[in-house]
Amino acid sequence: MSTLDVVRVIVPERSYRNELRAIKIVWLRELIRTRKDRLGMVTSLVQPLLFLFVLGSGLGSTTFIYPGILCMSVMFTAIFSAATIVWDREFGFLREMMVAPVRRSSIVIGKCLGGATVASLQGVILIVLAPLADVSYSVPLVLGIFGLMLLLSFAMTAFGVMLAVRIKQMQSFMRLTQMLIMPMFFISGALFPVTELPGWLAFLNRLDPITYAVDPMRRLVLGGDTPGVTWFGWPVPAGLEVLMIAVLGLIMLAIAVWEFSDTE
Amino acid sequence: MCLQSLYVYSHMIEVNDLRKAFGDVEAVRGVSFSVAAGEVFGFLGPNGAGKTTTINMLCTLAKPTSGSATVAGHDVASERDDVRRHIGLVFQDPTLDGHLTAGQNLKLHAELYGVPSELVAPRMEQVLTMVGLMDRRGHEVKTFSGGMRRRLEIARGLMHSPRVLFLDEPTIGLDPQTRSSIWRYIHELREREEITIFMTTHYMDEAEFCDRIAIMDQGQIVALDTPAALKAQVGADRIKIETEDDDAALEALHPYDAKRSEGGIAFYVPEGAQFVPRLFAELEVPITSVSVSRPSLDDVFMSFTGKTIRDAESAPDGNRMIMRAMTGRR
Ligand SMILES: Nc1ncnc2c1ncn2[C@@H]1O[C@H](COP(=O)(O)OP(=O)(O)OP(=O)(O)O)[C@@H](O)[C@H]1O
Ligand SMILES: [Mg+2]
Repeated sequence: MSTLDVVRVIVPERSYRNELRAIKIVWLRELIRTRKDRLGMVTSLVQPLLFLFVLGSGLGSTTFIYPGILCMSVMFTAIFSAATIVWDREFGFLREMMVAPVRRSSIVIGKCLGGATVASLQGVILIVLAPLADVSYSVPLVLGIFGLMLLLSFAMTAFGVMLAVRIKQMQSFMRLTQMLIMPMFFISGALFPVTELPGWLAFLNRLDPITYAVDPMRRLVLGGDTPGVTWFGWPVPAGLEVLMIAVLGLIMLAIAVWEFSDTE
Repeated sequence: MCLQSLYVYSHMIEVNDLRKAFGDVEAVRGVSFSVAAGEVFGFLGPNGAGKTTTINMLCTLAKPTSGSATVAGHDVASERDDVRRHIGLVFQDPTLDGHLTAGQNLKLHAELYGVPSELVAPRMEQVLTMVGLMDRRGHEVKTFSGGMRRRLEIARGLMHSPRVLFLDEPTIGLDPQTRSSIWRYIHELREREEITIFMTTHYMDEAEFCDRIAIMDQGQIVALDTPAALKAQVGADRIKIETEDDDAALEALHPYDAKRSEGGIAFYVPEGAQFVPRLFAELEVPITSVSVSRPSLDDVFMSFTGKTIRDAESAPDGNRMIMRAMTGRR
């Protein structure tokens, strides 16, 4: 080869187009990695299916807990997705992304979008299984569920990333998230109606953000006749609940970006 | 090239009293040097000398505690992005994504650096061909051997045609054949692309390939020059003899600070060749063999730091490599 045919690259200055390219490739990497992890996809379906059909049939209310199980599946997949940040740090790959001439926020956003996509795709499998839980399809229902799943999974990944940026070891991350997610899931009312709870539980329930993801999902699936979450007797509108999840997600994303920019 | 850019790039790296402390550990204690465009500049030093910490500051991964540095004309603290656009990095510890293929790893890098889309494929082919991995581009990196990964990381560091390539111990833990092929790429590179190379190493024989080397010890540069000039500074030749009675010989050569070494006795004198006839004439112990050697970089290192780079033990070469590979910190 002669000196003449060297392909010379000039790295452009930072621009929005480049940030978008960075977000896209980080997002794509999550998808590629998930696609290769077939076993992971199967195993992460086991838990929701167990809850839905075994617990659901046992309680005689598969349809009632179906929305809660959708939320559960999305929550866990999204958190696992965020955990890859901890892996990336342990295996060094994080540094490759950290020295690139792009904003750290692009990396975090790409990661969160990737996690959200993976978790929602997982959710699609559960949507396909809806008839088995005696839920009948309609276009608005499927779109609504999918939209809510996207939102919840994005917020959940942001939550996970926010934690993952600070935690250097996989084991600690797993323990911490188990400790946080399990209670959040149980208290949210994913598995029981939230109208007739004892005072202390009702109090915790109204504080749990997941409550406001499960509730609109349940209203969609069960139709208008479900009594939803109330604040001191005032029924909280579904729109407000969705807004709360969105705002919380954005706040956590902002914290994650801020933390990530701060690490050396 | 216009005059101004010639001026800007006449010093590709400028470092001025750079320091870094982690709590009360002072990893780098005020280093200053400059590296000219097109140079291969080496940092040589034992474990914990502060080589990686210096590289981290130069590539904007760590903030200097004090002092300043510019790379390709940009300040590492205030113009991070400009520095990042112009440098390529091969870290001491691997940073590839094993679940992706070689091609996907390079593609990801190209996208992060904003390499123009139409150049991604031809540049990828070029760097992969250079390191001999073109036919493995579609294989997952986790199936690669250590040497292949290292070569891939070098290819990746070159994907965006950096002006400065930082190599932190690029050949650590590799077999001699792979080491020499990595050096071949480095030489090829400087012929083909206008690139400055900043590298660290533990291996004396590799330091010989550098245009200039800085010997670093405990966070400071203790010597900086071309390998030849450094050896000339040491000035002494090493004489090694074997005798029939080492104890008596040691006693007799006491004024020359002779020491036991590898089954014989070694000491240093300014003019080795002239000294040998005197040795035979004056030493009363019968001599069975004698060898005279010009100073090596090992001797240089010894004379500036007072110890050998192997941290004062005499492990044979093979073990040294294995030990390094095992103790390599992340
Ligand atoms: N993040 C850190 N926190 C605390 N101390 C650190 C950190 N990084 C490096 N050090 C310390 O700084 C010193 C220099 O480390 P550095 O990694 O720069 O050495 P090195 O010359 O690259 O050594 P090696 O040849 O082993 O790679 C060491 O004493 C190390 O313990
Ligand atoms: Mg190092």
